Amino acid sequence: MKILYFAWLRQRTGTGEENLSPPPEVTDVGGLMRWLSARSPGHAQAFADPAQVRCAVNQDFCGPDHPVSSGDEVAFFPPVTGG
Amino acid sequence: MSETPVTAVPTIRVQEAGFDLAAETAALSAGRADVGGIASFIGLCRADDGLQALVLEHYPGMTERAIAGIAAQAAARWPLTGCTVIHRVGRILPGEGIVLVLAASRHRTAALEACAFLIDWLKTGAPFWKREEFAGGAERWVAARGEDEARARGWAERRG
Repeated sequence: MKILYFAWLRQRTGTGEENLSPPPEVTDVGGLMRWLSARSPGHAQAFADPAQVRCAVNQDFCGPDHPVSSGDEVAFFPPVTGG
Repeated sequence: MSETPVTAVPTIRVQEAGFDLAAETAALSAGRADVGGIASFIGLCRADDGLQALVLEHYPGMTERAIAGIAAQAAARWPLTGCTVIHRVGRILPGEGIVLVLAASRHRTAALEACAFLIDWLKTGAPFWKREEFAGGAERWVAARGEDEARARGWAERRG
């Protein structure tokens, strides 16, 4: 699974991209966030306030209940501020 | 003349370079005589609170896809003859343009409304993030504004 981080999530985790194999019990975005939080203090800080984290699975915005599986590209980022 | 919507191919670019309003506007009516109006919006970088630069980050791939989706919604809702979205990324200085939105149609109402729709959704539905740089090295990520979200959602309740 390809995990991408943008903006302050990238700064806090210290990486823009990592390729990981979450355990089978990680089945949705929310579960993935909890699992990723345990990877490092920086990851824990990045996901400390889940209400400030948005997600896209395979480049479509989605919520925490969206399923994830091994071949997915999953991105985490703050609420968008373009325009 | 009929009011049949023309299938317009949007021009979408995400780039570090600046953009040329006159050239982009001319491109929407070049070689055709069915365009009755072109509405434009340009977002500029302000120097609030001593800001020295904005640095825009995006999600390559998803950004273009998201903008294409927003443009397709606009084209489905208004009879556009064309539309253009150019969004800059990287370092942008006060006074410089950040985003250009153009919407062209046979009539002004469609052009003006589609232009407003496009910029409202660009603010909330495309993966860009702004970081502000200040004198002395201080920086901060721009926080999303609830009113932007409300404006974009408001289009779902209106009928264009």
